[in-house]
Amino acid sequence: MEALIGALTIFVLAVFVGFEVITKVPPTLHTPLMSGSNAISGIAVVGAILCAGAEGTSLFATILGFLAVVLAMINIVGGFMVTDRMLQMFKRKKD
Amino acid sequence: MMLINLAYLIAAILFILGLKGLGSPRSAPRGNMLGAVGMLIAIIATLINKEVMSYTWIIAGIVVGSAIGAIMAKRVQMTQMPEMVALFNGFGGAASLLVALSEYSKVAGHYHNALVADAGMAAPQWSVALLLSAIIGAVTLTGSIVAWAKLQGYADKAMQLPNQSLLRAGLGLVLLVLCAWFVVKPEMGIVLYAIALVALLLGILLVIAIGGADMPVVIALLNSYSGLAAAATGFVLNNNGLIISGSLVGASGIILSKIMCKAMNRSLGAVLFGGAMVSDEQMANIPG
Repeated sequence: MEALIGALTIFVLAVFVGFEVITKVPPTLHTPLMSGSNAISGIAVVGAILCAGAEGTSLFATILGFLAVVLAMINIVGGFMVTDRMLQMFKRKKD
Repeated sequence: MMLINLAYLIAAILFILGLKGLGSPRSAPRGNMLGAVGMLIAIIATLINKEVMSYTWIIAGIVVGSAIGAIMAKRVQMTQMPEMVALFNGFGGAASLLVALSEYSKVAGHYHNALVADAGMAAPQWSVALLLSAIIGAVTLTGSIVAWAKLQGYADKAMQLPNQSLLRAGLGLVLLVLCAWFVVKPEMGIVLYAIALVALLLGILLVIAIGGADMPVVIALLNSYSGLAAAATGFVLNNNGLIISGSLVGASGIILSKIMCKAMNRSLGAVLFGGAMVSDEQMANIPG
């Protein structure tokens, strides 16, 4: 129970930070911001690594973990790179 | 363990600064960079976790996933960015779903009926977190794929299935009953797979009725879902890094979809349920 309350505390406080961190965003930045935060949601890779690297479990559990690592890494690497490409385009426009 | 949690804290701070930076034109590229550095720190911290025993599958997964992601990001046309983001987001949701299934089969294999997670959480909370991770992840996966297909032009218009709202409500009800069953009898693995299947269907149904023009808002919202799915995974694994970062993205995604709605002069409710509500009029207006 103690662990659950601790985890819930972290969750609720982080939700409030999430609400506050994005305030006024110019419309041109909507897509890059969406893309960037999408890349951050690839944090699921942490869980995926823990599943793929655990020993003494079934091969099935490991393979599910491996697939999760692959998918999360696509999300992360693709997400950050695509965001960077979008932002580069804005830079060129201004020059 | 303390070092790992400290690293997660640093990663979370970098994510917050990154999201903040992405909100204004001048600091946006740096914001993106900070986010990427935060992710690198989170990954390295996870790799030194003592629960990680073998690295073969992990390294293979990182190499394959990074390569595919990089190729997709390089090849995509500038005009097709939103659908690419949708697809990436769907993969993120799929990862949460797979982690939930993997973790279940791991724990179920170890303890059989005494389903008490090694995370130190009592069974009901653990089951609920596992269900949330699987369901939100599944909805994100299929919802994002539908959004991608719509933006690609495979299914441009709002598609109306007969008795759509009834179908959605029915599916939601089935999901609730199955969830209650699983929480009471967590040793029934088959129920979890049924839940995942129903959630996958629900994801399709939720997005298929929404028109192509509203897709960016839907993608922002699905992005928020994938964050929440990751946070739920954090409760399953009792991992602070996942909880902080997931809920951060979950909350900021909701705010962003609200801001995007405002910019388009729409309300979030109208985007989400508008498709179903306007349908009858639209149907009547279609000539022939």
